[in-house]
Amino acid sequence: MIRSILAIAANEIRLGRRNRWILLCASALTVFALVLGFIGAGPTGTVKVDPLTVTVANLATLSVYLVPLMALLLSFDTIAGEVERGTIQLVLASPVSRSALIAGKFLGHVSVLAFAILIGFGLTGGVIYFVAGGAPEGVAGLARLTSTSIALGAAFLAIGYIASAVTRQSGTAAALAVGIWLLAVVLYDLALFGALVADAEGLFAKTIFPWLLIINPADAFRLFNMSLLETGSGISDIAEALPFPAWAGLFSLAFWTVAAISLSALLLKRLEP
Amino acid sequence: MMDPLLHANAISKSFRSIKALADINLVVEPGEKLALLGHNGAGKTTLFRLILGFTKPSAGEIRIGGELPGSVNARRDVAYLPENVTFPKLLTGREILSFYMKLKNCPLSQVESLLQKVGLTDAADRYAGTYSKGMRQRLGLAQSLAGSPRLMLLDEPTSGLDPLSRQQFFALVDEVAAAGCAVLLSSHGLSELEARTDRVVILNRGSVVADAPLDELQAASKAPLRIRIKARSDSVDRVSSELGGRRLNGQSVELLCPVREKMAQLAAISALGSLVTDFDVTQPTLDDVYRHFSEDARREAES
Repeated sequence: MIRSILAIAANEIRLGRRNRWILLCASALTVFALVLGFIGAGPTGTVKVDPLTVTVANLATLSVYLVPLMALLLSFDTIAGEVERGTIQLVLASPVSRSALIAGKFLGHVSVLAFAILIGFGLTGGVIYFVAGGAPEGVAGLARLTSTSIALGAAFLAIGYIASAVTRQSGTAAALAVGIWLLAVVLYDLALFGALVADAEGLFAKTIFPWLLIINPADAFRLFNMSLLETGSGISDIAEALPFPAWAGLFSLAFWTVAAISLSALLLKRLEP
Repeated sequence: MMDPLLHANAISKSFRSIKALADINLVVEPGEKLALLGHNGAGKTTLFRLILGFTKPSAGEIRIGGELPGSVNARRDVAYLPENVTFPKLLTGREILSFYMKLKNCPLSQVESLLQKVGLTDAADRYAGTYSKGMRQRLGLAQSLAGSPRLMLLDEPTSGLDPLSRQQFFALVDEVAAAGCAVLLSSHGLSELEARTDRVVILNRGSVVADAPLDELQAASKAPLRIRIKARSDSVDRVSSELGGRRLNGQSVELLCPVREKMAQLAAISALGSLVTDFDVTQPTLDDVYRHFSEDARREAES
């Protein structure tokens, strides 16, 4: 069982390396992160804020958009594509269980994503640290950001498996994945902030809004990282007004990961290859 | 009494309104080599998918060594080679084989010998994306041989193989069957199966129309022998009119002769003496037998 899971994970890592997926994602992250890093670290003005901390805040925003997208792109094809190409038949005919197949793929994909994130944020953090300097809190923030970005990626990988397991067509799964990204990362926030503007002091803002925020893994991630950074940005004020501690955001990520993995395993059990 | 290795009991499978398989009974014992013949769409692949547990029968029951298809024990016992086997393009043959050996929990020390068995040693470190159809087929076969299965399901295994690889393929099949593994292979490339299987099951439109050793089927089908007679070019017309055969060319005549009239026909040929220079008898081929049973089934369905 463990041997099978590791074999499946190793396969995914090997494929991620050979189809240049890791390279591509690491490069994209590094380029965006460096650009944001230098824009943010430059003019901190009269307010004395640690450049690395500012960079981490900017990278958190970058992560919210880019990491879920990368995770979904990595996962949407993994079942539907294998059904379409026929490679899944031999795997499902072997003694390995379908849950172990999902577990192995998840382990492999998380590793692939972790490589890309570690390279991208590590490089950027290192460059900013040596060019502009950084306080210990900044370094801690970067470590926190990197590890929670991987957790954010894990949650969206798992959600991507659902998209991949509900359809037999890779193309449909791709459309679903892009839809999920748009909904969770772009439209959800637009709708929330729209509602917040309409009802700034009422029941919605005080009671419903925080829960809606933490229920979305992308927002939960942002909430957690921002609330622990001393940058004076708006979202840390929100965090102070929350009815729950900021680390509850981590629970949201964990919940989504476990729930989505379980659901996709269930869907995979029903698949007739 | 021991359970048979594979026991399909009155299974049917429908996809919405289409009846893919109807009331199939099939028993396979260890070490048996069985050919499943049928046209495209006759239900061969559906039967395999049921045995693998990929899909459930609409009625009836399948047991593999007493276990339900798709259960861990059944999957451990059954090896599968799909018709158009595909592999990830960016993995090498050796990596792919090692991968399946790990899934089947076999020692990796067998990788080399399996690669050698199927003749892929030289291509083992190339990406599977560069493989020809025959090479993919051989890698698929290596994968199915791993882990000493008790039942091998081979879906159209010889399509895409050249005659030499086909011979090597059947040599491997003989080897695993001799070791006690049952082999169930499907085909519509009939001629290449001759004398290679112990039993032939003919599927037609989802029903078993014949299930017997090949020689019994040959006899039952009443398919004629084919006798080819060579004559001197000046006497070929006379030979043809005496025996009632069909002239093939300036020297040969072909007769179709029911098996029980074989001796009488031979006597007639030898009575012609020196007019005949040579002759040749061909048993009914599997194609003939197969055509006979398929047409029988069709006539029955129409009447």
